[in-house]
Amino acid sequence: MPDAPALILALACLGVALAAAVARPSWLPEPLAAAGGAALLVALGVESAADAGDALADLAPTVAFLAALLVLADGCRRAGLFEAIGALLVGHARQRPRRLLAFVFAVAAAVTAVLSLDATVVLLTPIVFASAARMRTSPKPHVYACSHLANSASLLLPVSNLTNLLAFHASGLSFTRFAALMVLPTAAAVAVEWLVLSRFFAGELDRPRVARPPDEERRRLPRAPVAVLAVTLAGFGLSSPLGIAPVWVAAAGAAALTLPALVRGTARPAALVRAAEPGFLVFVLGLGVIVAAASDRGLASAVGAVVPAGDSLLALLAIAFVAAALANLVNNLPATLILVPVVAAAGPVPVLAALVGVNVGPNLTYVGSLATLLWRRVLHHEDTEVDAGEFVRLGALTVPAALAAATVLLWFAARLV
Amino acid sequence: MRALVWIVEDTWEMTVDEAAAYLPADAAVTLLHVAPADVEHVAGAAGRGLLGRRRPPEPERPLRAISDAAAEALLADARARLGREAELRARRGRVEREVVAAARDADLLVLARDGDHARLGPRSLGPAARFVVDHAPCRVLLVWPDAPPGLDTIPPPPGDHPPRPPRADRTHPRRPRP
Repeated sequence: MPDAPALILALACLGVALAAAVARPSWLPEPLAAAGGAALLVALGVESAADAGDALADLAPTVAFLAALLVLADGCRRAGLFEAIGALLVGHARQRPRRLLAFVFAVAAAVTAVLSLDATVVLLTPIVFASAARMRTSPKPHVYACSHLANSASLLLPVSNLTNLLAFHASGLSFTRFAALMVLPTAAAVAVEWLVLSRFFAGELDRPRVARPPDEERRRLPRAPVAVLAVTLAGFGLSSPLGIAPVWVAAAGAAALTLPALVRGTARPAALVRAAEPGFLVFVLGLGVIVAAASDRGLASAVGAVVPAGDSLLALLAIAFVAAALANLVNNLPATLILVPVVAAAGPVPVLAALVGVNVGPNLTYVGSLATLLWRRVLHHEDTEVDAGEFVRLGALTVPAALAAATVLLWFAARLV
Repeated sequence: MRALVWIVEDTWEMTVDEAAAYLPADAAVTLLHVAPADVEHVAGAAGRGLLGRRRPPEPERPLRAISDAAAEALLADARARLGREAELRARRGRVEREVVAAARDADLLVLARDGDHARLGPRSLGPAARFVVDHAPCRVLLVWPDAPPGLDTIPPPPGDHPPRPPRADRTHPRRPRP
């Protein structure tokens, strides 16, 4: 098939898969849409079976890594880690909203970095909401902080975000070098969030409060998940000197938390399989094949014409802002799949700049991308009683500054380490 | 007389105390709390941004339950602090509009300032209280959530500058203020 119609077909399949993931119609689950699209492209000869196989083989370790991390986070939830974090937040905040926000920042950044943004969004945010309710303070600053840090703090480690996992594999960096390059950009992004959020919500945070007795309950974190996470992190750090792929470290961590629960009967095998989200894994694989087909048939060269090459400061800034725009256009997962192979040719640092963009950019909205937000409005999935204006204003204040600060520090770190 | 007392999390105690002090003994009191729908929505909707993950159960259910339980407990504590009979009303939505709508059949609305509490002035009202005060369909008792700031926190009127010292004085080092 000639390139032009092939590219159009591949982009149409990409559009259908993304639309299915956003709209979630009951008659077309998104794993089916993505896998079906990929199969259709191979059947029509847009992508050869060999190329599709290569794309799958390329993605397989990343998807296995993701499955292990999802099971690990679910094991932490089962072990009561997140409830304990909630009690810790309320205890340490000592009835002071600004203190609570500071601890929410610390906890959300740590959970995002170690257990990925999924854990912060799905598992930590309700806990933070409940902590603010328990302290009888306005929940808004704390919930918005969680939502923002899930993205901004997800720069640090390859395991902090699925986009990082995808790029990590392509960048050829070791786990520790990735973290060493990203520590300053993450700190910069989190600092920008703190400066903006603590001022934006000054009204809520500085309300006079009658002295209330501090919450005495100060539970400790459960030992087992914290120990497993610490050992797993150390294992990630040692994986490249020891020559072990980090996916095995993640699998060992997941097994260490899950096997005892299986033996004791507190977790059922079916629940573990659900925790790994097989449907989502299929969706990622399908999306990978579709994007590979589109890239081979001209998308990569089109994107390459827009994205500057090289790792000068200006090039990195341009890559980060283009990546942020693309993430808002189509959501950050396909944006990463499209961008990373294009920028990887110029080395690992441009790949990390693209990550800064796709990870921080989605903070412009609370549903991952402007496209998703508008789409949901059009489909009337969004409650029209809800005023999204404040969240979008907050995004406009933080995203450009965080992008610029993080990218400049990435450029600096690349010269330093 | 029907009195509506709007309480929010941080400042509910002072609002209730002022209401107890200033409402007539025969007033029929309603205590109102409004949960901001946008916060619950943001907390739940971030999950929808995780493209392609389908995690049962939808996180909004527990959030709603947490929010409802917290509002119920807050209203009950407020009634206990008020020390008299009161109807309890929990609402959810755009806070300022829900409060104005609830004040429709009230004779008096009691609320606390929700802005800068260190200075007298328009900034002592945040956006929500500002909207409610501007649109209230009844009398309003607007209380300070702590001791009101002093009159000296008002900036001088424009053009009213303190007399300048003679130019020659300015070359001298400044005397420390008493």
